[in-house]
Amino acid sequence: MKIVIEHLSVQYDDGTESLRDISLTIPANQITALFGPAGGGKSTLLRALNRLNDLVDGVRVTGRILLDGEDIAGPGVNVTALRRRVGMVFAQPVPLPMSIRQNITYGLELAGVRERAKLTAAVEKSLRAAALWDEVQDRLEAPATALSGGQQQRLCLARVLALEPEVVLLDEPTSGLDPISTAKVETSLQAIKRDYTVVIVPHSVQQAARIADLAAFFLQGELVEAGPGQQLFLTPKDQRTNDYITGRFG
Amino acid sequence: MSRHLTQRLAFGLLILATLATTVPIVLIVGYIAAAGLPAISLEFLTAMPRDGMRAGGIWPAIVGTLLLTAGTAVVAVPLGIAAAIYLAEYAKDTPLTRAIRIAIINLAGIPSVVYGLFGLGLFVLFLGFGTSILAGSLTLAIMTLPVIISTTEEALRAVPQAFRVVSISLGGTKWQTIRRIVLPQALPGILTGVILGLERAAGETAPILFTAAAFFLPRLPNSPLDATMALPYHLFVIATQVPGMPVQIQYGTALVLLVFVLSMNFFATIIRSRARARRQW
Ligand SMILES: Nc1ncnc2c1ncn2[C@@H]1O[C@H](COP(=O)(O)OP(=O)(O)O)[C@@H](O)[C@H]1O
Ligand SMILES: [Mg+2]
Repeated sequence: MKIVIEHLSVQYDDGTESLRDISLTIPANQITALFGPAGGGKSTLLRALNRLNDLVDGVRVTGRILLDGEDIAGPGVNVTALRRRVGMVFAQPVPLPMSIRQNITYGLELAGVRERAKLTAAVEKSLRAAALWDEVQDRLEAPATALSGGQQQRLCLARVLALEPEVVLLDEPTSGLDPISTAKVETSLQAIKRDYTVVIVPHSVQQAARIADLAAFFLQGELVEAGPGQQLFLTPKDQRTNDYITGRFG
Repeated sequence: MSRHLTQRLAFGLLILATLATTVPIVLIVGYIAAAGLPAISLEFLTAMPRDGMRAGGIWPAIVGTLLLTAGTAVVAVPLGIAAAIYLAEYAKDTPLTRAIRIAIINLAGIPSVVYGLFGLGLFVLFLGFGTSILAGSLTLAIMTLPVIISTTEEALRAVPQAFRVVSISLGGTKWQTIRRIVLPQALPGILTGVILGLERAAGETAPILFTAAAFFLPRLPNSPLDATMALPYHLFVIATQVPGMPVQIQYGTALVLLVFVLSMNFFATIIRSRARARRQW
């Protein structure tokens, strides 16, 4: 088990209880999909996994998140090192204002990697893993903003993979993409799960059903049920899950 | 009134307003250029003044203004940028930081002669720097700081928050994020603010009146503790204090000061428009 979440609650400054007593186990080398209607706390959970919630003033986190058995939710965690182990792809692709190549090497350089050969190898390897290499190999020095939306999102995935993290978090990564780009992203997720633990908030129930090895249904801060994807989408145990996936809801 | 007529009327008024603001500027600059140009010569730009400033050049005033502006920059730029980084990136929104911001905005509105008196009291007398380039630069720096701080803070805040989140999520520390993403992106805006602030410092008379400026000093300063001539004060002196002053020299001096300040302004505009063209967000 890669990640074990125990009794996790997250409360924002304004009193919003975005997650209430969540316990969930996330297996290694599988795709775990967190799905449910907006406001359910899915993004909050992802941000708890790499401590991006720390950027929000006054957020209160209780409970434990064990990554390889080590608590990463409490105080005293080296958060920059953690974020290299647990990378994140956001809904909106945000290329940094630099070239395609520099977008990939940015995180490695921050981590102190200097050797050119290492950086060059990482660029090719991660762009290939994100299924973008063929499209950009001749224009690595072009500004990343010159890429299409779908390419930008795969660049953001490559940028995370370049750090060789253990866990890749994706928050509705295909919500702004056309079906072809979406398919490319899904294909590369299927490919990378051999090496990584993938946690995704899909942008639709259909996408969840397509890619989830494990699925977890969130409703208003509560984890309603979790289970193997096939089983959960065919025979949900909870009525609310059933209502949601059959579209009678939200 | 028909809509068409209203439209034309509004258009006409806007043109009129534009002309009312630009025509006088063009006239002033044109007049000073026309009246001052005959005075400009190599000697005028590089020689010491003679005959009670009625002849010779304005070299020490040019050097003095360059030194005062440079001294101001050395103090105000690092301090102002550091303060702006603190306010924009680190300070939480508390009553204290809000009070600091309001204070900075209000400081920018204080008349420059007040800064002059403050500089006289603190740097010239209390700290014993005397009437000197050091005292004048520090006074000008304090006057310039609010401008630099507020324009820099604005430039930093204009950098999209998403860049910061991405950099942090890739394992960047806050300082790495500021240094590698935020500052480079904000640099054009920062430079514009810095130049506009320094330009004001270069052209001001009141702050250096009691702190740095010498009435007549036909030699170059050789230490920061020396007094100095300076273009704006020199202009004030030869325009009001010296009888029998050739008009040409007055306008020639004004022209040099004008060119100095306008070229800084021009430089700032170039930086800004180039950065706009290059910006990726
Ligand atoms: N920074 C924040 N401050 C206050 N409330 C927040 C913040 N971020 C999210 N929330 C609230 O937390 C709840 C869960 O949000 P989120 O995790 O974004 O849900 P989801 O990703 O499932 O749509 C929502 O009610 C949302 O309004
Ligand atoms: Mg969300």
